[in-house]
Amino acid sequence: MKLVIIKYNAGNIQSVLYALERIGTTALVTDSPDEILGADKVIFPGVGEASTAMQYLQERKLDQLIIQLKQPVLGICLGMQLMCKHSEENDTKCLGIFNSSVKGFKNDAEHSIKIPQIGWNTIYHLQTPLFSQIKENSYCYFVHGYYASPGEHTIATTHYGKEYSSALQTNNFYGTQFHPEKSADIGEQILKNFINL
Amino acid sequence: MLTKRIIACLDIKDGRTVKGVNFEDIRDAGDPVELGALYAAQGADELVFLDITATNERRKTLSELVNKIAHHINIPFTVGGGIASVDDVSVLLQNGADKISVNTSAFKDPTLVKDLAKEFGSQCVVLAIDTKKEADGNWYVYLNGGRVKTDMRCFDWAKQAVDLGAGEILLTSMNNDGTKQGFALDITQELSANLPVPIIASGGAGKMEHFGDVFQLAGADAALAASIFHYKEIAIPELKQYLAEKGIAMRL
Repeated sequence: MKLVIIKYNAGNIQSVLYALERIGTTALVTDSPDEILGADKVIFPGVGEASTAMQYLQERKLDQLIIQLKQPVLGICLGMQLMCKHSEENDTKCLGIFNSSVKGFKNDAEHSIKIPQIGWNTIYHLQTPLFSQIKENSYCYFVHGYYASPGEHTIATTHYGKEYSSALQTNNFYGTQFHPEKSADIGEQILKNFINL
Repeated sequence: MLTKRIIACLDIKDGRTVKGVNFEDIRDAGDPVELGALYAAQGADELVFLDITATNERRKTLSELVNKIAHHINIPFTVGGGIASVDDVSVLLQNGADKISVNTSAFKDPTLVKDLAKEFGSQCVVLAIDTKKEADGNWYVYLNGGRVKTDMRCFDWAKQAVDLGAGEILLTSMNNDGTKQGFALDITQELSANLPVPIIASGGAGKMEHFGDVFQLAGADAALAASIFHYKEIAIPELKQYLAEKGIAMRL
C-alpha cells in the first residue's frame, strides 16, 4: 500500500501524517507527479485560503494532475473545498470534481452563529464505506468559515446555522470538511476506512 | 449541533508540566505528552499548552515538545507563551500545533495579529488576554503574565484584535483566576455577545456548576481550566455528563 499526501502550501500536512502514523501506517509527502500518479491512495489536505492554494496548485500543474487521478483521493477541509466547482472565498474557480459550490457562513438575524465554526459538531445521513462503523451523529472536529452546499455528491451532512455537506464523494474522489486527523477515535476510524477502500 | 468545548490547560516549563501532581494512574505526570493524552482519552475537547520557560533554549525545547505532542494526541491543541513573530509561529505549526496564542507581543505590536492571520489564517490565531476589573468597574488589559497594567479596556483590545484577524479570544480574568469561585461572567458575556468569534473563558473554575453558568449565562463557547483537572477535583467525564444533563451541547 503506497499512500501519498500531496505537498503544497497547506497548513495541516504534518498533522495528517502523524495521524496516519498513529493508526499504524505512513505516507510519503510529495509534489512529484510520478509519485502521486503511482500511489494507491492520495490524501489532499488543506488549511488556508482558497485562491492562494489554487494559484499554488496551478503554478505546479497539480490542478491538472489531481483531476486525472483514478485511485481513491481524500480531500480534507480546504482540500475538499478546492475539489468543488467554485469558492466564494476570493471568488476562486476550483477543480470542479464535486458538484457543489463553496459559500461563506453568514452571521445574520436568521442564523446567529460565530464565524469561523470552531469545534466539535455532528455528522449525519452518512453514506459510503468511508463511514463504515461510524454511528450517525458522531462528533468530528471542524474549523472553517466556508462550507460546501448540499448536493448530489453529499455523503455526510452537518448543521451550523443551516445544513451543509460535511463530506462529499463522486467516483474515486472523497472529501471531508472536518479534520479526521484531529477528530479523536472517530477520525482515526474514518482514516482507516479510507485506507481500506 | 456545535458543542461547547471543555479545554484542559497545561503549564510547561523546560519541556515539563508545572502543576502535574497527584496522578497515580499515569507513569509521569510531569510529561506533557502523557498528561495531554490522558485528558484527550477522558474526553477533553482541546488542549492548551502554555510555555513559561524563560531560558534561551526555550524555542528549541518547545518545538521539540510540540512535535511529540502532535505525534501522540488525536485532538486539537493550542500552544502559547512568549510567541512574538511569524517565524515563531511557523516553526510551531510546522511541528504540528493546530493553533497558537499570542498575548503581550500582540498588544505591543498589533500588526502581529494581522500578519499571522494573513500568513496562516484566522482559524489558528488565538488572542489571549489577561484582564482585571479595577475599582472603577472597568476591565483592563494586563501584560507579561498579569504583572504590567495597561490603560486599554479589555473589550476595546479584543475588538481591535478581532478586526485584525484573531479567530478566537482566550479570556482570563485575573480577579477570578485561582479563586475557585466561578468564571467572570460579566466580561465573558460582554465579549461573547458583541464579538463575532468564539470566546474561551478562563480563570475561576471550582465547581461543575461554574462551567454551566459560563456557558448558559455568559454565552462562552469554551471553558478552560487547569488545576481543578490536575488535582482531580473535577473529572472531565463527569463534568461533561453533568453539563449535558443541564441541556448544554457536549461531545460525550
